[in-house]
Amino acid sequence: MTGTSFSLPPPTPGGATSNPVLRYGIWVLVAAGLLLLPQVFSSGLAISTMCLMGTMVIFALSYNMLLGQTGLLSFGHAVFLGLGGFLTAHAMNMGADGLFPLPLMFMPIVGGVTGLAFGILFGAVCTRRAGTAFAMITLGIAELVASSALILRHVFGGEEGISVDRTELPQPLGIVFGPQIEVYYLIAAWCFVSMLAMYAITRTPFGRMCNAVRDNPVRVSFIGYNTTTIRFIAFSLAGLFAGIAGGLTAINFELVNAAQMGAAESGTVILMAYIGGTGFFAGPIIGAVLVTYLQLMLSDITNVWQLYFGLMFIGIVMYAPNGIVGLLAAQRPLLERRCLHRMIPYYVLALVPGLGALAGLSMVIEMTTQLSVSGSEGMSMSLMHIPFEADSVVPWSIAVVLLLAGGYGFLRAAAVTRNAYDTATADRRAG
Amino acid sequence: MTSTSPIAATSTSTPAPAIALQDLEKSFGAIRIICGIDLVIPAGERHAVIGPNGAGKSTLFHLISGHYRPTAGSIRLNGEEIAGMAPEKINRRGLSRSFQITNIFPQLSVWENIRCATLWSMGYRYAFWRNVERLADAREKTERILSEINLLHRWNVPAGELAYAEQRALEIGLAIAGDASVLLLDEPMAGMSHAETERMVGLIRTVSEGRTLLMIEHDMSVIFGLADKISVLVYGELLASDTPENIKSNAAVQQAYLGTEAA
Repeated sequence: MTGTSFSLPPPTPGGATSNPVLRYGIWVLVAAGLLLLPQVFSSGLAISTMCLMGTMVIFALSYNMLLGQTGLLSFGHAVFLGLGGFLTAHAMNMGADGLFPLPLMFMPIVGGVTGLAFGILFGAVCTRRAGTAFAMITLGIAELVASSALILRHVFGGEEGISVDRTELPQPLGIVFGPQIEVYYLIAAWCFVSMLAMYAITRTPFGRMCNAVRDNPVRVSFIGYNTTTIRFIAFSLAGLFAGIAGGLTAINFELVNAAQMGAAESGTVILMAYIGGTGFFAGPIIGAVLVTYLQLMLSDITNVWQLYFGLMFIGIVMYAPNGIVGLLAAQRPLLERRCLHRMIPYYVLALVPGLGALAGLSMVIEMTTQLSVSGSEGMSMSLMHIPFEADSVVPWSIAVVLLLAGGYGFLRAAAVTRNAYDTATADRRAG
Repeated sequence: MTSTSPIAATSTSTPAPAIALQDLEKSFGAIRIICGIDLVIPAGERHAVIGPNGAGKSTLFHLISGHYRPTAGSIRLNGEEIAGMAPEKINRRGLSRSFQITNIFPQLSVWENIRCATLWSMGYRYAFWRNVERLADAREKTERILSEINLLHRWNVPAGELAYAEQRALEIGLAIAGDASVLLLDEPMAGMSHAETERMVGLIRTVSEGRTLLMIEHDMSVIFGLADKISVLVYGELLASDTPENIKSNAAVQQAYLGTEAA
């Protein structure tokens, strides 16, 4: 029997991380990457983009402690980002007045403690339920906090929010945090520590029991654990890290307003986690970076960028429910089998009509926008530097043909690709 | 038919029985599923509950394990009243169970399934500051249980991808991993082939060593060599509770239950 060769399972089943060089090596690489990124992308725009990405990585990872790890769909996670941000802003203003002598670099602790406190408070209410009831209660809490933001003007600053000046705080190491690059390194440091901490939590008895609750909460209560307590701790810790992200947001923008804890922000973090892949620790990291980048980039090139965003989300949910990291992870059995090269032609085969359909769809969307919204500016427009009239027949015909033919081709090619993938991986099991 | 309680109060003396049910009742709305059950199971006994479909066997297990709250009556585990307690509290007092319909953690590996089931009894509770991979005792125990249920060679397979018989074995593993003194197994042989059933009977015999076993089985022939005592449950009432030999020759049982099969 094969039993003998497996008599001693490696200490970390389910992962290739039993090798200490691999396990710690990846974190050294991450730290080096964070240090070197501003050397590669050194423009002012790039650095402020990376600052935003860093905070969003923490935020999305904290959200995945709920969604991916514990199976809790929260519609109000931005509440903790916002409250952490507001309290940090107030603490910074007190610090500038000499009332709260905490150096700026430790100010995110205020955000974290705030997030934790409200996580405990709100968690005590909403983690008594799971599933749909939990989701609805978080929605209610989000509404509650958003509406109190408009009522309690002295706390939340009304429409214009609370502004701060980060350079007025005590500067024990002589770092002023005036230039954006200094803020980048502050965010990078907090991002690294938070990532490490959240990863470590997944590898604790509590972290494993979160996964068990996600998989089968009924069974969990018959192996001695209280599912409500697990959900409650997960919710509180997620609040802590979201609060840290909120504190960093306050430092980064020097402004916090009620929009940062609104429904849109709570929705964005769901997109980030889901697009990246909730089943993988790296998923929300990739998702946060990509979504932040697209938010900034797409809004520059099209007025209806949110539409593309929604389409991308629907596409991921329908065709790649494990997210981008899930797509990458699916290549691993092929690599092990050394047959990835056999699949590449199939991927290209599916990608070409897919891009065609996307181009057609994009033309339809942009020409419709030109006709209906920007009509007063005339019908002349250009896509990919090709000028044409939005109300003429030829571009519409091209768009419709691209969309239909490309769409049909993509669906066919996707089916063929899926078959080829199944054959390749089934091959592996047989051999 | 007046309720007959074959085990009289005489056996409830010095050491507290593992399980003692008294006037246990469960109704869903107007429908009474369990209609007043008295049953005493001394520690160390292997006890089987048999009965036709819909007799209330699984409901009885749900009551004892805390999944359902009884409408009336008392349940004592090692002398302590547990009726209406939450399942995890009953589990921590030394009772664990398996389910008729496979109830595992499908996305977790086989290893992770069993290790999760060991954690509470080893005192690790909700620790979010200890590396689970460095818990040598949990690791040893997981390994021991996996070899006991003969799944060690499948340790890194997601539980949802196991074959049916393997999932049934994992189900038993989850029940025994927490060192419970009382084990409730709900139709562990359901849906198994003849050969698989024989292997499962062997496994149950090993894992119930030194424990009190209460198991549900549909087919009386299967548990004949396994159980010390058999209780027959029909329409929510205990028809008889006796040794397998006496149950076999019990006229009321033959008429109400075995008769339908023998005829």
